[in-house]
Amino acid sequence: MKLTAIVERRIIYSVLLLAVALPLIFPIGWTTEVSDYTRIVYELVETTPEDKVVIVSFDYDPSTMTELQPMAEAMIEHAWKRNQKVIATALWPMGVQMAEQAFTKVLLDYPEKKRGEDFVNLGYKVGGMVTVQAMGRNLMEVYPTDNQNTAYQDIPMLKNVRRLKDVAWISSLSSGVPGIKEWMMVARDNYQVPVTGGCTAISAPGFFPYVNEQRQLYGLLGGLKGASEYESLIGRLGSATTKMDAQSIAHLLILVFIGLGNYRAFRNKRRQNS
Amino acid sequence: MKRSLPLILAFLVGFVVILSEFIPHRPFNQIVSTLEQWFMIISGFAILLGQISLIRMNTHKIVNKLPDWQYYLAGLISFALMLIFGILWGMQETPGLLGSGEGISSWLGAKPFDYLFTNAYMPLSATLFSLLAFFIASAAYRAFIIRGLESNLLMITAVIVIIGRTSIGTMLTGWLPESMQFWHFPILADFIMEYPNSAAQRAILISAGLGIVGSSLRIILGIERSYLGGEK
Repeated sequence: MKLTAIVERRIIYSVLLLAVALPLIFPIGWTTEVSDYTRIVYELVETTPEDKVVIVSFDYDPSTMTELQPMAEAMIEHAWKRNQKVIATALWPMGVQMAEQAFTKVLLDYPEKKRGEDFVNLGYKVGGMVTVQAMGRNLMEVYPTDNQNTAYQDIPMLKNVRRLKDVAWISSLSSGVPGIKEWMMVARDNYQVPVTGGCTAISAPGFFPYVNEQRQLYGLLGGLKGASEYESLIGRLGSATTKMDAQSIAHLLILVFIGLGNYRAFRNKRRQNS
Repeated sequence: MKRSLPLILAFLVGFVVILSEFIPHRPFNQIVSTLEQWFMIISGFAILLGQISLIRMNTHKIVNKLPDWQYYLAGLISFALMLIFGILWGMQETPGLLGSGEGISSWLGAKPFDYLFTNAYMPLSATLFSLLAFFIASAAYRAFIIRGLESNLLMITAVIVIIGRTSIGTMLTGWLPESMQFWHFPILADFIMEYPNSAAQRAILISAGLGIVGSSLRIILGIERSYLGGEK
């Protein structure tokens, strides 16, 4: 029986839907191996002393939240575990809401953390790399208030933070431009602040060259796998760990499709030759 | 004058910014700091310009009943709803013209803007991106065919990376002894990412970097003038 292209496509879509949905409904609990890229990110947060102020930049919007939001939650949780204070910024307009949601989620496990003392959301600023450059000179000029309209000088945790050099590390969770690269080019290269981050799996290969001996980038969380590796390192059973089962099955299925596609092409070629 | 003035401005600004990298002292650092503030203000206006353009383009398509005009109408209505809700009741902790809208917020469980963002925009946006998985699966079946040596190499690499980046890779070769750890799928995938991938990426990045330097110099020196518009 010869299937038409549209029927084939429908079969592929249906099987993939099942392959993704079933592990989400009935989690398998497969473990992932932690890569060096993730371990470097973990070590950076782990070795930063308590009470230091750090920046997590939300440079993405809801389209990539499946991969990046678990990273944000895990990094905030890890920073809070180590008693570090988290500044949230955003180079993408929707990053402000993403930051609020991440804080709200982690606050459920850390109700003692207080806005202004342990975390603050400075909001979105337009301008990409130029904004980061301006932050390097004077943070208060770029963010006169936080997203609650509290004046910068009235936020207790920012008392000793005047410029980028005053933060211990910066993590950019990025799904495009502006994102990790802008932070790296300015905060790391100009001000020598350790920069780390996470990105979607599809853009990770482009950032791997920056994780080098010069530590242009302190590790990288690549896609959902990076997020689940980080969750396993901090001992958190988060959404990335659950979703990894679905992703693993989907990848396996894609391999099966590649095999079937090649078998079909090989069979057609042999038929044509004969 | 209409064309000379922007060219002179571009040259002066570009020259001062480059100079400030080598002489980070007064007055250059102050000038650059002011220029950065100007850039942020102008970028803010660019967002406004984008919104005006969006309204004009969509209105034109709706008025002229171009194909699929209903979708453009839906887009405009969505845009207007978010804008009106944001202006009237604000978002998150920021109040709007009518305050924080306690009545409507208690009924919806959040401010109207936040409610729509969480329950409409977020799932729609994530769904649209997730659809890529279906296209990739379909494309893998149709297009990822071995036709020669290059495609064979590509296929082998892709299979190793795909397996290595999943939990299955860990299980498949997790039993290998210490001496054969290199052949463990996740380690093999990391090796491919760290060496062949990084080498190729670096070549691309260096070329792109040189290209950016070249085109920036062309703009500063007034050789490249297409940004001024009006010329073919």
